[in-house]
Amino acid sequence: MVDYSPTEMMTVSAARALKNDDVCFVGIGMPSAACNLARLTHAPELTLIYESGTIGTKPDVLPLSIGDGELCETAMNTVAVPEMFRYWLQGGKISVGFLGAAQLDKYGNINTTVIGDYDNPKVRLPGGGGAPEIATSCGEVFIVMKQSKRGFVEKIDFVTSLGHGTGGEDRASYGVETKGPSRLITDLCIMEPHPMGKQFIVTSIHPGVTREDIIENTGWDVEFADEVAQTPIPNENELSVLRALHARTAKAHEGQQ
Amino acid sequence: MVARFMTLKEAVASCVKDGDTIAMEGFTHLIPHAAGNEIIRQGIKDLTLIRMTPDMIYDQLIGAGCAKKLVFSWGGNPGVGSLHRLREAIQDHWPHKLEIEEHSHAAMANAYDAGAAGLPCAVFKGYRGAELPRVNKNIKFIECPFTGERLAAVPSIRPDVTVVHAQKANKKGDILFEGIVGVQKEAVLAAQKSIITVEEIVDDFGDVSPNAVMLPNWAVTAIVEVPGGAHPSYAQGYYKRDNAFYKAWDPIARDREAFKAWIEEHVMNGGPEDFAAKRDANKA
Repeated sequence: MVDYSPTEMMTVSAARALKNDDVCFVGIGMPSAACNLARLTHAPELTLIYESGTIGTKPDVLPLSIGDGELCETAMNTVAVPEMFRYWLQGGKISVGFLGAAQLDKYGNINTTVIGDYDNPKVRLPGGGGAPEIATSCGEVFIVMKQSKRGFVEKIDFVTSLGHGTGGEDRASYGVETKGPSRLITDLCIMEPHPMGKQFIVTSIHPGVTREDIIENTGWDVEFADEVAQTPIPNENELSVLRALHARTAKAHEGQQ
Repeated sequence: MVARFMTLKEAVASCVKDGDTIAMEGFTHLIPHAAGNEIIRQGIKDLTLIRMTPDMIYDQLIGAGCAKKLVFSWGGNPGVGSLHRLREAIQDHWPHKLEIEEHSHAAMANAYDAGAAGLPCAVFKGYRGAELPRVNKNIKFIECPFTGERLAAVPSIRPDVTVVHAQKANKKGDILFEGIVGVQKEAVLAAQKSIITVEEIVDDFGDVSPNAVMLPNWAVTAIVEVPGGAHPSYAQGYYKRDNAFYKAWDPIARDREAFKAWIEEHVMNGGPEDFAAKRDANKA
């Protein structure tokens, strides 16, 4: 039996969602590890794009920011930021947007702006960055996020980035033609939108996790698919590549003054 | 008017005044930190600060009391967490109340591009289903006159002054940017005046691509040679991003007294000449 952590299970499951021919806009934070793991395992031709303008980047270590030099040095090409957002993202050239979130609702709407009231916030978060347009311009959106009652809420405090809105066909009513959030990968399970209502339903549970664990860590009423799969455990190659990536990254970031 | 070479002190004193709207750009890369410090040292006040990612440079200017308003699209310390001076200015109004105008990256990138193009506003497919238009009156929607498609519009960015850092200037004062070029070219062309700090001034650029990202000397105002002037961000080909310092900034910025002590020691009692040593410590 291979030993792994819930976070490793999450990162490996997120990586598996990407295909070799995807063109993926990588959001800041957790998506970066998943996207690069995919590239270093089953999807070597996967095109990774960071909003700093790097196209087809193949970093050897994970960047701390979305604009570390490593991204540019290993990219096929680096373009200016307006070009990135106008031609490549808005122009519809990107198949998958990979995002994280601070707060999420069951329709995949994302808050990364404030906790509490916008004008008088309890906690001021960094804000949207590229996410509001990544969420609407990419062919589909994957979300990776650790599951907790605090983060997975019935109603988010601020809609930074559109998911499925209020569900059903609401997303399309904003003139958005892309698919939106099609997969949510957590440290406990995988959820996918209900074909009609568009609310996330649990379709796969990670080994060792119970339905009660998922319910306890979710602020909305969790729904389970009629047939729930068990997520395959990380294989030895996935784990060793991921651990080596993290080890190289830690060494690179702490080796400086 | 052709650009003039000057000291950083002269450049800031002659180009930046109280109440100005100023853009200091550099998307993670080439952030003009030495120039930011000089603005703090000169005690310039009531600035409207524009920058896609306020980053540590604006955390310092905001905490030091230079800012009246911030226009931005992502206000974190990348990969580390919050910008605590920014957060405290918004949540607790320290050192004073800070007005904010918040956008998405796509909006700001388009707004710089429109500013450089001499347009009054930028039009793009953005903010669909997002809540920022509810709290930012500078986000509107218009209808395409040809197709009827609903599009977002934001005012173009036209700063009084733009400050950026680049790798090289030549003896004539032309500027060369390499690597992640962000919105620097657009931000300079959108502004009335500009200050460009550079790693070095060279006789000529040698063998660069005819498509390299450059600004001619007649399109910039002031040029200052400040080796290491982008530290703790980086200059591709010269030194690496000092990721360890980005992490070290978190506890400094978290505490008002630690922040004030840091500014006193490294900014008020420092100068642009201190940056060369930081460059050497992070050599590429």
